[in-house]
Amino acid sequence: MSPNELSSYLIIGAILFSLGLFTVLTRRNAISVLMGVELILNSANINYVAFSHFSSGNADGQIYAIFVIMLAAAEAAVGLAIVLAIFQLFHTIDVEAAETLKE
Amino acid sequence: MTVSTAVFYLIALITVGSAAMVAFSRNIIYSAFSLLGTFMGVAGIYIFLGADFVAAVQVLIYVGGILVLILFAVMLTHRITDVEVTNRAAGRIPALIIIGVLVYLLIATIKVTPWVRAKEVVYAATTATIGDLFLYTYLLPFELASLVLLGALIGAVVLSRKEIKE
Repeated sequence: MSPNELSSYLIIGAILFSLGLFTVLTRRNAISVLMGVELILNSANINYVAFSHFSSGNADGQIYAIFVIMLAAAEAAVGLAIVLAIFQLFHTIDVEAAETLKE
Repeated sequence: MTVSTAVFYLIALITVGSAAMVAFSRNIIYSAFSLLGTFMGVAGIYIFLGADFVAAVQVLIYVGGILVLILFAVMLTHRITDVEVTNRAAGRIPALIIIGVLVYLLIATIKVTPWVRAKEVVYAATTATIGDLFLYTYLLPFELASLVLLGALIGAVVLSRKEIKE
């Protein structure tokens, strides 16, 4: 592990991805599941920027990272709006409680 | 060990440690605030990778936008007066086994793969390059992104407003 090696950044990305996947798999709170998704998106971004810096040498990977950040913002806004709508309907945001599509 | 290596280790530790807090904490407020450490740590990693603009965007959008949005959602969907802010988790042991195997396989693969190296690694300001790429090569995705954001804005408003029943 050193700051001048590609693999150290990839390992950080892999650990972040695994922790995000663990959050998505185990949490029953819809907001926590969204936090796990954010961790996974961040790990993908680290990989994009690391490959852009070490392997390709141009800024294309950074462009993709910015697109991912932008889509994450859109996803968070819509996802949390859905969570609020579920909360108004069921008075809980447990993902197991919201398994039906109507009241 | 030079200073930059030490700083790199510190940032990596903050990132992974906060992410572990997000994954394992019993209180959702702690999880939400730990996300701050992860996002700032990832911004630090971007700076180590010479991506100054992406680091600024990360701080602006993730820390300034998404994190505040998540905190708002946490506060709005729990009764603040309740002491117990649940963050229930289920099936931890099987998930932990799966994640352990996954992280082992990923790190083993990363170690043995001969990654392509660029001829030289440059550290230069990237903002002008990114602006050029957005307005020449990636113009169509850039415009589509604005449409996606508009759709998300309208969708969020429609979904979260209170329905008035006649």
